Amino acid sequence: MSPREVFALRDHLGTALTERTISDPRHLVTLAELSRGSCLGGRSGNLDGRSVLVATSGQLLAGLALIEIDGVARRMLLCPPDLKDEHLGSIITEAGIDAVVTDEPDRFASLGIDLVIPASLPQPAARVAQTVRATEWLMLTSGTSGVPKIVGHTLEGLCGAIIGDRPVSGEALPVWATFYDIRRYGGLQIFLRAIVGGGSMVLSDPGEPLADHVARLTARGVTHISGTPSHWRKLLMSGSAEQFAPRYVRLSGEIADQAVLDGLKQAFPNASIGHAYASTEAGVGFAVNDGLEGFPATLLGEGRGAVDMKVVDGSLRIRSKRAAHAYVGRAVAALTDPEGYIDTGDMVELRGDRYYFVGRRNGIINVGGLKVHPEEIEAVINGHPEVRMSRAKSRRSPITGGIVVAEVVLTGDSDPARADVVRNEILADCRARLAAHKVPAMIRFVPALDVTPAGKLARTDA
Amino acid sequence: MSVRLRIIAAIKQIADEQKVKLPPLTDELTLHETGFDSLAFAILVARLEDDLGVDPFTLSEEVTFPNTIGDFIRAYENVPA
Repeated sequence: MSPREVFALRDHLGTALTERTISDPRHLVTLAELSRGSCLGGRSGNLDGRSVLVATSGQLLAGLALIEIDGVARRMLLCPPDLKDEHLGSIITEAGIDAVVTDEPDRFASLGIDLVIPASLPQPAARVAQTVRATEWLMLTSGTSGVPKIVGHTLEGLCGAIIGDRPVSGEALPVWATFYDIRRYGGLQIFLRAIVGGGSMVLSDPGEPLADHVARLTARGVTHISGTPSHWRKLLMSGSAEQFAPRYVRLSGEIADQAVLDGLKQAFPNASIGHAYASTEAGVGFAVNDGLEGFPATLLGEGRGAVDMKVVDGSLRIRSKRAAHAYVGRAVAALTDPEGYIDTGDMVELRGDRYYFVGRRNGIINVGGLKVHPEEIEAVINGHPEVRMSRAKSRRSPITGGIVVAEVVLTGDSDPARADVVRNEILADCRARLAAHKVPAMIRFVPALDVTPAGKLARTDA
Repeated sequence: MSVRLRIIAAIKQIADEQKVKLPPLTDELTLHETGFDSLAFAILVARLEDDLGVDPFTLSEEVTFPNTIGDFIRAYENVPA
């Protein structure tokens, strides 16, 4: 029955299914159990042609359900863990959801969806699901305000940056992990790398202390791991990375500055360290593996491969087969310009033969009419050897509208008595490298900075 | 330290940071004559808000920005506790 030109995730599972696993702190499931069982009580056939909301309490069930539903449902929407109930109704309407897969059926009882299928760990099933169509993958953007946008992808597009990266035969199977949640673009990329790329996957858990998480990563033999620069700074700060020795360390989701790249090189001397540029809308743009912040200007241009890039008014635009194909819903904005480019809103600056990310267009601080990206200030502050992470933000001013202030987290081995000295050194660095209006008017030392559920430095009050 | 002394100390500190050469700070000196630009004043007002717990220029829309050092200091001294 199944048209063989259509492939779903189950068709990419590959080999060594009994050795390969997907695990979280409580459970470990082999791909073999998954491929001959069902986590939907054998009811995946009921989802044939449906628009399915995958809304599980944890990542493991979500990942297992994805593999089972892909190729069966018309579309599936990955519900991220922090989706607010108040947004659920409109998202269900906009995406035309007519079925839910969940381990929390009560949450969906009153939403008028006629088919709610409980999800559980895989049980042996008489019939396993078959691929009958190319399922549309829907993800939500991780913006901090308003109803998230629904972004439509295909498995082919999502895997566009992965297929060429399969492990060389003879090399040990990769064990992937990520600090992200796999129900967001950055995390899903890693999950797909593990599944499609012939490896295993070690999932994160928001309730797990960092030291326990790292111990689990070590115990499971994680070889490849990704996270945002904020995730990595937290790990470096915790001092729990000592036993952990991954082969590949990847950063994405925020600007990777030289300080965090150097910090990781020091902490993981035997690992290759790369930073990738990706967004939920534009997909994976590129990866940079030379250990330097920014990216070579030669990556810009057309016809070099899967991804075309240009810079318009300082912002990076991407046209890519890996990009989403559309925003989904009524009255949605166009995803691309007439030439097919997505405006990422990420501002870049050319210095020499390299582009550097300077910040988000909508994150700009206005100081008396002059524009400031908080990220460019943080990059300077983070360059101080005793600084682990920092956040620059606007403070309202009756005179200039706003001024720049900064909060700084010092490294664990920094002596608190040296705070004033460090403050003056940071300010001297800022004065040497930044225009006067970008130099923080005040620096406050804080024990920690909030990171959003999407792994990015929280900027809600900026 | 009195409000006046704290304000004078903050002005001197910012002048030092911003490489501004201050003339003698008398009450009659206009703010323009201090050599401070709007950024320096914005920093001054923010630091004084942290130090003194008040920003007289945001409290009320009626307050106009002072002309002289003396006016500036009085704006802080006259804020109701």
